[in-house]
Amino acid sequence: MLTKRIIPCLDVKDGRVVKGTHFVNLRDAGDPVAIAELYDEQKADEIVFLDITASHEKRPIILDIVKETAEKVFMPLTVGGGINNLDDIRALLNAGSDKVSINTAAVENPDLVRESSKKFGNQCIVAAIDAKKNTGGWWEVYTHGGRTATGKDAIKWAQTVEKLGAGEILLTSMDYDGTKDGYDIPLTDAVCQAVNIPVIASGGAGKLEDFYNVFAKTQADAALAASVFHYRELTVGDVKNYLRDKKIEVRL
Amino acid sequence: MIAIIDYGMGNLRSVQKALEQVGAKAKITQEPDDIKAADKIVLPGVGAMQPAMDRLKALGIIPAIKDAAAKGAMFLGICLGLQLLFEQSSEGVSTKGLGLLKGNVERFTRLKIPQIGWNQLHIQNADSPIFKGIEESANVYFCHSYFVKPKDKGIISTTTHYGIDFVSSIYADNILGVQFHPEKSQSVGLQILKNFSKL
Repeated sequence: MLTKRIIPCLDVKDGRVVKGTHFVNLRDAGDPVAIAELYDEQKADEIVFLDITASHEKRPIILDIVKETAEKVFMPLTVGGGINNLDDIRALLNAGSDKVSINTAAVENPDLVRESSKKFGNQCIVAAIDAKKNTGGWWEVYTHGGRTATGKDAIKWAQTVEKLGAGEILLTSMDYDGTKDGYDIPLTDAVCQAVNIPVIASGGAGKLEDFYNVFAKTQADAALAASVFHYRELTVGDVKNYLRDKKIEVRL
Repeated sequence: MIAIIDYGMGNLRSVQKALEQVGAKAKITQEPDDIKAADKIVLPGVGAMQPAMDRLKALGIIPAIKDAAAKGAMFLGICLGLQLLFEQSSEGVSTKGLGLLKGNVERFTRLKIPQIGWNQLHIQNADSPIFKGIEESANVYFCHSYFVKPKDKGIISTTTHYGIDFVSSIYADNILGVQFHPEKSQSVGLQILKNFSKL
């Protein structure tokens, strides 16, 4: 049976990992390739690189990092951040990325999801949705790294990206992200119920129980976390052993 | 020499790097002469069958692939590359495959589609040489919406459960195929590729 995935996420800026400073045992704590190798040893099920490089000139650096990573770790690799067109997607896939995650560009140009999933296969197009509960009591989609409200309903947008051809949804709760209070169960549950493609829950992981709750209380297929793994509060192995003891199917 | 067939459908570099990691030499190529000369051929690929067949036709390499398979070159289809070995797919209007093996390709109807993630291999035929040293219920990485249904059940080497038991690998003399991605399945996948490279 298909196991639940645990996915560490690395924020990469100008080719360096932003939150990686607590990796005391690494020769170079900011080196995304070295950290990917560490997560590979911990048996992470997949790795996500989120490229937050702001300057246009430095954007191609991520391609070199993907290439180097794909030479050293033999596991699924997803890259997101700053993807605007089919050429960006092709370049990342050719460099060794298995999936690309599209956020702002999907909202601004939904045809990109349609065309890219047709061209490269829907299994490699991940729609990233950043959602925040607004004063009206519904979840609204935000773009540009959470800075721009779109007026779109996150549940309906999830259904739209599925129809456009996305093969998976990476769902981040802006209300919970960074709180370490656990995943946003109502949001994750609502999106999982609304679509028939895999959903990766993101935002809020702080302790072992948080991973259990998101799998026990929603139909999420994967749980993504950044800082708990970066700061070595937990290893991927800790999370998986805990889940296995609680009868959640994971790969050990 | 292992020829990895490049027809513009997916991540060939990962397959090449994984083979190099286990000590094999592999060349990414779309030249019919390279395919004919290779003693091992890998047909990778992700996505849908129709555009893949269109690309193979446009490149004019289908005769070379069929010749090499008929002459007994060891052949490994990965994911879409496995599906292409069969006669036809039910996707959209029916699409014809290479037809090296009898049977069809069908789409999942239950559970979430695509299946993305790690699932277990249940060994049906322990003779398959690529599974030497691989334990029952080993986890490998899948990423697909379709699966193969061989007419000859004797060629099934592993099955995997996803709503139904589907065929996750086949072994028919010199023709082997896996629905999962060995190049993305960490140590288990590398062992499978090493086994293939030593055939």
